[in-house]
Amino acid sequence: MPELTPALIYGVTGIAVFAIGLVGALCAQDRLRRVLALKLCSVGAGFILVVAAWRDPPDAPDPVPHALVITGIVVMVSATAVALALIRRLQSLEAEDDA
Amino acid sequence: MTDPVLVFDLLLAAAVVALAVASLSVRDLFMAIVLFITFGLLSALAWVRLSAPDVALAEAAIGTGVTGALLLKTLHHLRYVTGTLDRDPPPSVTPATPVPAPVIWANAAFCGLITLGLAAAFLGAPQAGPGFDPLVAEALPASGVEHPVTAVLLNFRAYDTLMEGVVLLAAVIAVWQIERGLSDAPAPALGEIFDGFARLTLPAIVVVGTYLLWKGAEAPGGAFQGGAVLAAVGLLLLLSRLYVPQPAHRGVARWAFVLGTGVFAGVALLVAGGGRVAFEYPAEHAKTLILLIEALVTISIAVTLAALFHGREPVALPSSGGKKDA
Amino acid sequence: MLEFLAAALIGLGTVFFVAGTVGLLRFPDIFCRLHALTKADGLGLALIALGVALLADGAGEVFRIALIWFFVAVAGATCGHLIASYARRVKAEADDD
Repeated sequence: MPELTPALIYGVTGIAVFAIGLVGALCAQDRLRRVLALKLCSVGAGFILVVAAWRDPPDAPDPVPHALVITGIVVMVSATAVALALIRRLQSLEAEDDA
Repeated sequence: MTDPVLVFDLLLAAAVVALAVASLSVRDLFMAIVLFITFGLLSALAWVRLSAPDVALAEAAIGTGVTGALLLKTLHHLRYVTGTLDRDPPPSVTPATPVPAPVIWANAAFCGLITLGLAAAFLGAPQAGPGFDPLVAEALPASGVEHPVTAVLLNFRAYDTLMEGVVLLAAVIAVWQIERGLSDAPAPALGEIFDGFARLTLPAIVVVGTYLLWKGAEAPGGAFQGGAVLAAVGLLLLLSRLYVPQPAHRGVARWAFVLGTGVFAGVALLVAGGGRVAFEYPAEHAKTLILLIEALVTISIAVTLAALFHGREPVALPSSGGKKDA
Repeated sequence: MLEFLAAALIGLGTVFFVAGTVGLLRFPDIFCRLHALTKADGLGLALIALGVALLADGAGEVFRIALIWFFVAVAGATCGHLIASYARRVKAEADDD
């Protein structure tokens, strides 16, 4: 049994969030929810990287993973925006088909 | 003896996981998005606890704030095209055909395998092994800024950040192309109280965004956090219709999109021209150059994020007869 | 002494937050819930901000806390208004049908 540290707690949280996102991305039927699930995956990965940067005592964490996560967040918002634009286009096309 | 803060950690971790599950399993899409926003804010709180305030700021502002606004806009569009605006219950999203059970089991097995692998890798990894922190601490005096994360982003790993600008640029080009000719859902009328709120907070947001940018040289903050906060100005302006994008503004917008990336690349090339490696800023000008790049990148990020929220390129629709007033 | 007072204020603020959350969970319709949430949270937030301001060192930090309190309170009130007016519109629409 490893010692209970914030790194362990949030590392397991990150893995759990990633797994939830993965299941959601594969199983969700609704498009918007699938995008949400992928976003959960990215937050889970962020958790693991931030945990990897954590040091005990916590005064000087490793800045390189932090920079990577910030880059990842910005890339993810770009990808989300494109995915959502595609969803909006599909919604309009389907509404036209129904009409 | 266990640290009492660990109790807080455990509660926060449980809340984060529960919110993640809830946001994917709740039926109502609006509720799913709200739960997701709560999830993002609590994750940011967890990252503050892991002494990563820069990442927490970026996640709260970009990963949760801007993403949440984008998701809600898409939900609004869905309700508009299905004619269920202002109606309870919200549109049902029941699928046409249920997924066959073998597919679900195969998916579950696949996800379980990946998760097991991740868990094994995480638990087997050396605890707090040597990372890049000694290297960064050693090189920090030469970087021109005092905050290590900013030094990594704008100096040591500047290629990453440059490419990030390119990714944002690609995203806005893609969104403009995808939404070409798409009729936009009319923005909801939010009333005078929201307009007053927008007028009251706009100057404050500009100050906060600039403060975050300026502070980034020595403390948590920087171009991305500041840019996202400034993007909130754009969102408020668009939502309160204090600013309505016109076709004539496209030229300015395009310049604003490429400004940050262009200057970033230009500085890198100029520096490289002087017999150095790209991004090897001359030590005496390093701070000035980094602040200049950061300021322009911030403007680009803010304008790009606001444009991503607005979506459709502001061109006159060929068939925008009476539909706009609907 | 100052720390004790700050802890008491923050504790009291937390009580108001808990009360607001109980109201959110227990009250029957959206307007009652909003009422509980905005009122109780507004007071809880003010108490917590006051408690934290007592612990802050320097006028700059107190000023920042006051600014945060002001804008969170204004944003909360605006959100409450937007949710209530949307709920009213939905209700009117449902009555029309």
